[in-house]
Amino acid sequence: MERNLQAVDEIIDQWGAKPESLLQIMLDVNHHFNYLPRESIERISKRLRMPISQVYSVATFFKVFSLKPRGRTIVHVCTGTACHVRGAPKILDRVKQDLGLNPGETTEDMALTLETVNCVGACASAPVVVVGGETYSEMTPNKMAEIIKAIKAQKAA
Amino acid sequence: MERLKSIQDLDGLRQRIIEKRKELRKRIRVCTGTGCHSQGSRRLVDAFQQELESRGLTREYMVIPTGCNGFCACGPIVVIEPEEVFYQRVKPEQVRAIVERSVVGDEIIEELLYVDPTTGERIVHEFEIPFFAKQKRLVFKDTGSNYVTDIEDYIARGGYSALAKVLSGMKPEEVIDEVKRSGLRGRGGGGFPTGVKWESCRRAHGDIKYVMCNADEGDPGAYMDRSLLEGNPHQVLEGMIIGAYAIGAVEGYIYVRFEYPMAVKNAEWAIKQAKDYGLLGENIMGTPFGLDMHVNRGGGAFICGESTALMASLEGKVGEPRGKHIHTVEKGLWGRPSNLNNVETWANVPLIINNGGDWYASMGTERSKGTKIFSLVGKINNTGLVEVAMGTPLRTIIYDIGGGIPEGKRFKAVQTGGPSGGCIPERLIDLPVDFEKLKEAGSMMGSGGMIVMDEATCMVDVARYFLNFLVEESCGKCIPCRVGVKRMHELVTDMCEGRARPGDLERLEELCHAIQETALCGLGKSAPNPVLSTIQYFRDEYEAHIYDKRCPAKICKALITYVIDPDKCTGCGLCRIKCPEGAVIGAKKECHCIDEELCVRCGICMENCKFGAIYIE
Repeated sequence: MERNLQAVDEIIDQWGAKPESLLQIMLDVNHHFNYLPRESIERISKRLRMPISQVYSVATFFKVFSLKPRGRTIVHVCTGTACHVRGAPKILDRVKQDLGLNPGETTEDMALTLETVNCVGACASAPVVVVGGETYSEMTPNKMAEIIKAIKAQKAA
Repeated sequence: MERLKSIQDLDGLRQRIIEKRKELRKRIRVCTGTGCHSQGSRRLVDAFQQELESRGLTREYMVIPTGCNGFCACGPIVVIEPEEVFYQRVKPEQVRAIVERSVVGDEIIEELLYVDPTTGERIVHEFEIPFFAKQKRLVFKDTGSNYVTDIEDYIARGGYSALAKVLSGMKPEEVIDEVKRSGLRGRGGGGFPTGVKWESCRRAHGDIKYVMCNADEGDPGAYMDRSLLEGNPHQVLEGMIIGAYAIGAVEGYIYVRFEYPMAVKNAEWAIKQAKDYGLLGENIMGTPFGLDMHVNRGGGAFICGESTALMASLEGKVGEPRGKHIHTVEKGLWGRPSNLNNVETWANVPLIINNGGDWYASMGTERSKGTKIFSLVGKINNTGLVEVAMGTPLRTIIYDIGGGIPEGKRFKAVQTGGPSGGCIPERLIDLPVDFEKLKEAGSMMGSGGMIVMDEATCMVDVARYFLNFLVEESCGKCIPCRVGVKRMHELVTDMCEGRARPGDLERLEELCHAIQETALCGLGKSAPNPVLSTIQYFRDEYEAHIYDKRCPAKICKALITYVIDPDKCTGCGLCRIKCPEGAVIGAKKECHCIDEELCVRCGICMENCKFGAIYIE
């Protein structure tokens, strides 16, 4: 963890160890590790001279943060209104069924995490799914099943 | 690059930029807005660049990655200037032909043109397409033609001339008067008069004041703020600098959702460029006025679009709102006077200064002035961003601009105002859209999302969707919102899943009124809106769910079954092969049937059936 904390320190130095940088620091740390390790939260609390409870309250308040390690690829199913009326619930059901995951859960081999997002602002191509940062537009349950098949095949290879 | 040392320098710079561009024969605009981007438009930009380079044509022709064009349904979009030839759904393999025939040559490639669905006619030019022709694009005018990473493009178009006008002699009070005269009201949802807000902030006591831009566009289904900030960040920035001058602010913040990485990047880049050119930082254009600007990312909480919650989050705290007996214009960030406006509001400011408040006030209705950008999405043909004058009837937006409902289905309702808004039914289709009229109809303007719903949308399910959203997004500070909305969600879920009992609808209505009256902030107070407006206009649908255990739109899973029509089934077996649950039974060439117990109602069988033999009962 020692080396990892160095990364945390670098992020803190970049934003400055002041309270208004808290969210920005946590976003970068969350991005760096793909979640917020306990040690990093302790470090942020110490360096920003802020009660650890405050850091935790921010960490649990915002949707972007995860306190558990997440998979290497994150499947984001958009559940915005535009996606909803064009059939997002069916897409989400398909992913849940095929991966055996509920939103927020990760496969045992740490390959995939399923998450929902309230809107990615790509409403014109609804329903959309973002897999590992790549946006797939105009999804259908069928297309979703194909994508998951492809991910699983990739994993096996 | 050169730093502007005086206000007069701006004109000189503009002339030189225009002079430099005279060599250019054509500009190829490639939309890199969200819609086109998700369809791979970035690859198009590279392909055009490569093609031009390999032919040695980069001096005369230029590829421009632009902000959102607005007509997202046609993406990826390529427009060739100066004629404005409009090509839709362009693929990288077509780039060579486009360069050869339409860029170097003056030929039109027929098969890439937009086809008018009503007349079947192919339309060559962008401005002739009904989607664009019926709009009144002012704020959003340049987003689709703006070179997003080039401040010179914005300056060449007359950018920062409003700032120059303000700094070359207007007193802060005069700027505020101009904005007040324009009648501009906050575009983030509240609709509070912008000039009045600025005036209160100017009058508030305090040495340090802040200007802020709310780009935490949390309303699902709305993406105009994202597109503006991504596609034309300097217009927003210019508005903020003018506002800061009027208010007397020394520091500014742009609060953007982390889900919009490109908006964050482009805003940061715009700030840096503006600083390099002396349009931001100390001594702006050689005057004593200075302003510093930062970009802050949000953490994906809907409530952070609320002013007090946003400021709490900026201070490094949990994004919880507080009671507003003291307004943020007096005590906001760090207890100092803070003026928060939304992206679109700021983007309106340069136009008002350049053309005058009276010009602006000549558009729109009595109390809602100017234009408004709407994101027209859902079950509509021409999805995209549209800008119309306030007071434009819903019919014009949905049918003339939006091109009506796909697959010949019937229009049912349009949802406006996000999770705090409501659904407007078909019989109000001639409603002129402005702040007041939407409120009278039981909805609200919100940030401008318009989600169109057709007959295959279940209104009870829509209400449940919004309640689910609000349960997740409630910050939990006050009981009416934390507990009340959850109870509402349970009641509506029972309806959708066939467990509702008589009397539930009345209980739900009672709860709605109690929450409206007692919740702490706007989120809680408006949380019952989606439920109340759907009950008001679609009470029969609720009753069908409760008393008949039936979902008229055939959406609620617990109340429907998939059935195979024996007359149409050919026994091809495709549904059996595709069904992930093994719920379809039947021998080859014989009629199949669906095992209700195993079926999870995913609809894959129906999607695959080539004979239309599967239907929902």
